[in-house]
Amino acid sequence: MDQIPQILANGVYLGAQYAMIALGLTLIFALMNVLNFAHGQMYVLGGFVTYTIYGAWGLPFVVALAMSCITLAILGALIEKYLFAPVIKKSARDESTMLLAAAIAFLLDAVILLVFGEKQRGVPKLVDGTTILGDYTLVIANDRILICLLAIASIIGFISFMQFSKTGRALRALAQDRVAAQLMGVNVDRYSMIGFALGAMLAGLVGGLLVTITGINLGMGGPTSIKAFMMVMIGGAGVISGAIAGGIILGFLEAAGLALLASYGNITYLLIFVSLMIFLAIRPQGLMGKPWG
Amino acid sequence: MKRRNLLKSTLSAAVLASVAAGAAWAENPVLKIGFVGVTSGPAAAWGISNQRSMETRAEWINEIGGYKIGDTTYDIEIVSFDDQKDPKRAVAGMEKMAQEGIHYVVGPNVDDGAAAVRPVAESNGIMYFPYAFPKSLYQAPASNAVLGMVANYQSGPAIYKHLRDNNGVKTVAFIAANESDPLSQRDGGVEAAKALDLDVVSDSVTYQVDTTDFTPVLTPIMRAKPDLLVLSGVSPANAPQLIRSARELGFSGLISTETAQDAQVLREGAGDMANGFISVGGASTPEIASDMMNEFVERYTDMFGEYNDESNTKVYALEYILETLKANPAAIDDVEAYKVTMDTFEAPNPYMQGDAVLKYVGDFSFGQKRQVAVPLVVNVYQDGAFETMFIAEVD
Repeated sequence: MDQIPQILANGVYLGAQYAMIALGLTLIFALMNVLNFAHGQMYVLGGFVTYTIYGAWGLPFVVALAMSCITLAILGALIEKYLFAPVIKKSARDESTMLLAAAIAFLLDAVILLVFGEKQRGVPKLVDGTTILGDYTLVIANDRILICLLAIASIIGFISFMQFSKTGRALRALAQDRVAAQLMGVNVDRYSMIGFALGAMLAGLVGGLLVTITGINLGMGGPTSIKAFMMVMIGGAGVISGAIAGGIILGFLEAAGLALLASYGNITYLLIFVSLMIFLAIRPQGLMGKPWG
Repeated sequence: MKRRNLLKSTLSAAVLASVAAGAAWAENPVLKIGFVGVTSGPAAAWGISNQRSMETRAEWINEIGGYKIGDTTYDIEIVSFDDQKDPKRAVAGMEKMAQEGIHYVVGPNVDDGAAAVRPVAESNGIMYFPYAFPKSLYQAPASNAVLGMVANYQSGPAIYKHLRDNNGVKTVAFIAANESDPLSQRDGGVEAAKALDLDVVSDSVTYQVDTTDFTPVLTPIMRAKPDLLVLSGVSPANAPQLIRSARELGFSGLISTETAQDAQVLREGAGDMANGFISVGGASTPEIASDMMNEFVERYTDMFGEYNDESNTKVYALEYILETLKANPAAIDDVEAYKVTMDTFEAPNPYMQGDAVLKYVGDFSFGQKRQVAVPLVVNVYQDGAFETMFIAEVD
């Protein structure tokens, strides 16, 4: 019982970061029906950009974070314009874009290894200190609280952008019905590129934020993509609110499992995967997805 | 016409250049040494430090005219294969080495890969130098594998005993990644701790290899309040995050591991929170490093931009292979001759000050000499650098 405050705190923190990771992936899927296997590598690249500017060059963190977002947005736009858009136009088969995404993931892995090396990298903490409540009933580092708040603010900002801006409305229209959006005058090519850039930018943003907590290394890309897919499948592919829900659910499941089942060895993920299989067998479209796609 | 002449001239120049290059390359015959290990993914740092150490040393040897074995001077070529930490890929890598006629291979880096390549190595006459700890690889009837570093069951008991006697450690907790190497190292560590009458207060907590946030994982251990937290088989990528999470959760005891770490990675990832972290160091710390070791570090840094402290140990495997071949040139194509030489081989250790020697050990641990003799250096991390805690000999 005395573990509950710590589980809740860990769950909120993990959930917020996971939701941010899943947002970009689900946005790209919603707009283009593309499973972006390179999402994790984009996250890693964002982390390395922040590491280089903030950790290695010593420039302010805000500058580094902005550069991570800009770099990934530009990269995302270029990838969409010169790789995904031509493939989507020429091939009606879904596996073409999946193969392309996997190839981009391998390419980014190789480029990251060449440019940033094989070592784990880390940056100075944004804020020092730890908040301790009760007799160590709840212990949480202050930089985690800060990153958690920034992640929540970013999610709210992203939802507001999608809800209230002209670009956001166009992107939502595109996600709901591509043909109808085109008939209503939405420039589909342009907004597809903007949407992909936005999704990649979100990956860069979360990479830049989390490098301050978890550090970054070459191998984080693949596992990050897998976790992001899990969250998207739980919440419903292509649904923004579903990705957030999926992230929060996965975060709480992890926090609770790791705390309560520690004495049984590493069975937390086993149970999460089994639960996910059962859940998808019952509701394959996820919590908030529609059965017809 | 002019265009045709230009084409002819260009073609002639290209042919001449390639002939000249070939002639230059053909000055010395080439001795190929293989590397099969992990150079991509989360554990890439382990294999890349191997590969780069070998490439640095090979280029250095070639630059000074080659390496003389018997009457022949060879240029050294490193043939590398990334096994992606996958045993199936490791087998494919070892098969590639066999196809290229290579008899001496460094790697693989992990237990399952090293076990998987054993049949290929034995059936193709390949001696290999794994960084993996299962004793069955080095005990008879196996005879082709040579342990390239100090095993955890050799370093762990020494570290725990030192900390029990000098730091008053009475209780220990273990945490390991959920894969074969760290789990087997944890089990060995638990056994060693119990043999020293230490109270093991937690040994069941494990984490996924791809974990990035260790706070939830460590929370249950922190409640046990051990004097010593052992990070069994921890990779350099995970160590700083584990240390940082433990300290942030209020842990003030000692933290140790039996794997080699990198000071810069610890400094960047955990900062001052890593102070006091105990690990098994490279075999040539500043106190014992020779001028040749220092030059190796300089050359490595020049080639790759940044040194990796793990290479203090990983510089040795290639040196052992070449020095043993020098001692018995007949072994160049005959690993049975190599095995015979191993029993009596001794040569000056160029990477250490004083009269240290290269020799094969392992009689005590494996019943035969199937381990390179590198000093057991136990380090403490302090303010961005490793300080030597104590030095011992294995076996």
